[in-house]
Amino acid sequence: MRLLESPDQIAPLPPVGPGLIDAIQRSGLAGRGGAGFPTAVKWRAVAQRSRGDAVIVVNGAEGEPQSKKDRVLMGARPHLVLDGAFIAARVLRARRIVLYIGERHTAARDSMLRALAQRTEPERGLVSVAAAPPRYVAGAEAAAVHLINDGVATPTNVPPYPFERGVDGAPTLVQNVETLAHVAVLARTGAIPGTMLLTLAGGVSRAGVVEVETGTTVADAVARAGGPSDLPRGVLVGGYFGRWMKVEDALPLRLTPEAGIGCGVIGILPTSRCPVCETAAIMRYLAGESSAQCGPCFFGLRALADACTRIASQGSNAADLARLQRWSAEVRGRGACKHPDGAVIFLSSALTVFAGDFEHHQSHDVRRTA
Amino acid sequence: MSTEHHLVVDRIKCDGRGLCAELLPELIRLDDWGYPILRPGPVPEHLLPLVQRAVEDCPVLAIALRRSERRE
Repeated sequence: MRLLESPDQIAPLPPVGPGLIDAIQRSGLAGRGGAGFPTAVKWRAVAQRSRGDAVIVVNGAEGEPQSKKDRVLMGARPHLVLDGAFIAARVLRARRIVLYIGERHTAARDSMLRALAQRTEPERGLVSVAAAPPRYVAGAEAAAVHLINDGVATPTNVPPYPFERGVDGAPTLVQNVETLAHVAVLARTGAIPGTMLLTLAGGVSRAGVVEVETGTTVADAVARAGGPSDLPRGVLVGGYFGRWMKVEDALPLRLTPEAGIGCGVIGILPTSRCPVCETAAIMRYLAGESSAQCGPCFFGLRALADACTRIASQGSNAADLARLQRWSAEVRGRGACKHPDGAVIFLSSALTVFAGDFEHHQSHDVRRTA
Repeated sequence: MSTEHHLVVDRIKCDGRGLCAELLPELIRLDDWGYPILRPGPVPEHLLPLVQRAVEDCPVLAIALRRSERRE
């Protein structure tokens, strides 16, 4: 059974118990929301603490601007996602499920709500819905819990982690919708689908979501999207929290949970676009998405974006290049959440892969690109 | 077993007042925006009294000293 290309049906849930966590562990399933954390470890942490009071947060916030796969999945297979949530609720002895869906993802939310209306009354009684604001950090686990508890989708200090004290102070599983769909297939068929959802973006002929076998190369995934629309200049693997790669390094990369592909966005930079200007625009976006709680993130990312923009608009200069290196190293690890870390890892990859472009960049206008 | 002490900063509470770096330049310097950068590793024994003072004097109580046991 695949995720997208199988019919979405209601069927009685298979009998599940704690043994499912062992099966998840044997399958090697890792979270598909971006962090790639081993799913079995997360489930076990909640299972150990649950006294019948656990909470399942179905994470469909999808705040990564280039990612579309969670929306497509919620639109096409809402029952499969709900199955994963109800299965998690049984295995982890949860008393509450929260559907946490991006507030702008209206088609996805409507699809999930239509499917929910078709479920049994005891199932429906478990579920409530919360809207994730359209912010980059809103999809982070602690931010999801914060929004559901207090109406504010900003990250909080960890520990306590959600599995220790989450929604209503109870042990909470925050799990991406695609990951839950994989678990549902595993519980029904005894095996995970062996596929992953990707969003192909930028310079490809047919940008959008594809489902590929695990282990498929980036080159084959790009071919599934109709191939490059222009000669590629670089590949952004994993979205804005990912990393730039040289085309020759990226194309043979096999897409596996271990490959560090984040939320599964593959962005192709065409030769017609300037990598320095593109990086500056993305840094500007990430700086604006700081939740402005921690100084090093709020001021640091803004200063880094400013330095990138100066290089992009006025031309390369040694002082800003040195600042980018120093600030990137200093900002890392100094936020309550991983937002600053993700931003500087992204920037560092740009400075490595496009080193020549950053050193020799001539002034030209920075055009904001979406 | 021996006891180790580590400085931790609550990044959300920290307001960048900078007092800690004045009291404890051995362990804390400030970044370009006035926020503390900690020297990695455990706090040396002989600095513990100074660290205690920095913890108590932080105007927003954003610094803490964490004690942990270390196996040798």
